[in-house]
Amino acid sequence: MLVAGLAALGSLAVVMAATGLPAGDTARGERIYDRCLACHAIDRDRTGPRHAKLFGRRAGSVPGFPYSPAMKRAGEAGLVWNDNTLDQFIENPTGFIPGTRMGYAGVKDPQERADLLAYLKQATQ
Amino acid sequence: MSKVIVPAFTLARRSFISHTMLSATAIALLAGKEALAASNDSSAQNAGTGDVEILNTALGAEQEAIAAYQLGAESGLLKKPARDLAVTFQGHHKAHADLLAKTVKKLGGAPVEAKTVAQYHFPADKLKTGTDVLRFAAMLEKGAVAAYLGAIPLFANRDLAKAAGSILGDEAMHWAVLRQALGEAPVPDAFVS
Repeated sequence: MLVAGLAALGSLAVVMAATGLPAGDTARGERIYDRCLACHAIDRDRTGPRHAKLFGRRAGSVPGFPYSPAMKRAGEAGLVWNDNTLDQFIENPTGFIPGTRMGYAGVKDPQERADLLAYLKQATQ
Repeated sequence: MSKVIVPAFTLARRSFISHTMLSATAIALLAGKEALAASNDSSAQNAGTGDVEILNTALGAEQEAIAAYQLGAESGLLKKPARDLAVTFQGHHKAHADLLAKTVKKLGGAPVEAKTVAQYHFPADKLKTGTDVLRFAAMLEKGAVAAYLGAIPLFANRDLAKAAGSILGDEAMHWAVLRQALGEAPVPDAFVS
């Protein structure tokens, strides 16, 4: 239990260091993830691609998913999803990648993004 | 990594003149005046490229909702009046999808194609009771409300934003009714997010 707790604290520290976000809470993040559920799931492609194995994945690279040309180009240009890139994308998807099909204004609150990232990091392993 | 810049249509979207002309297009579409909609020039149509992407994303989600309600209605797990409710809500989603597809076409885009129920890979193995089905539907409706809420600020054309707001209101009512059917507080908060 203690080891797991320390590991969780370690991952939070990584989020903080990489993004400048406050520490995230996975339980709050799971509730915020409800906003994503019209289009996304962890384990299957829907209107949006699956989130499983999201961290470390090159943008636009889930096999068979019909990405926008913009997302494919971003991946080809080297965009890889990590704390920092996800933070920027979630804050303003169409600003970060103009032409993305993720027509969503974004999660503007830094605490909410931190919570969401904490949940995603746990749920998508 | 710095922000990824992919030159696209963002500047065109901001054009006041194009916005005004596209607005007339959207008004005509929403009023069903297709001849008037078709009379607007190509620059106005092009200014809606970003809007077309948003509409198509919404269309894909609506198509999935239609299929999900079909799965629920055919599961045998829903009894009256819950089954009737599901069929009614599915009809609303069909109406949303029809309008979205028609608008995408009129704006010069190609509507996304619906998949078969099987192609959506719904977690059918987890739907063992009527309550499971209603909870699954409520999850989709809640997500849809959030999706439209997140899309509305992005529309270059405010008439399309208004139409999306109309759909959002309908889907929020679905969510509330489903929560009520599940024995939960139908409207849990003063705001949706």
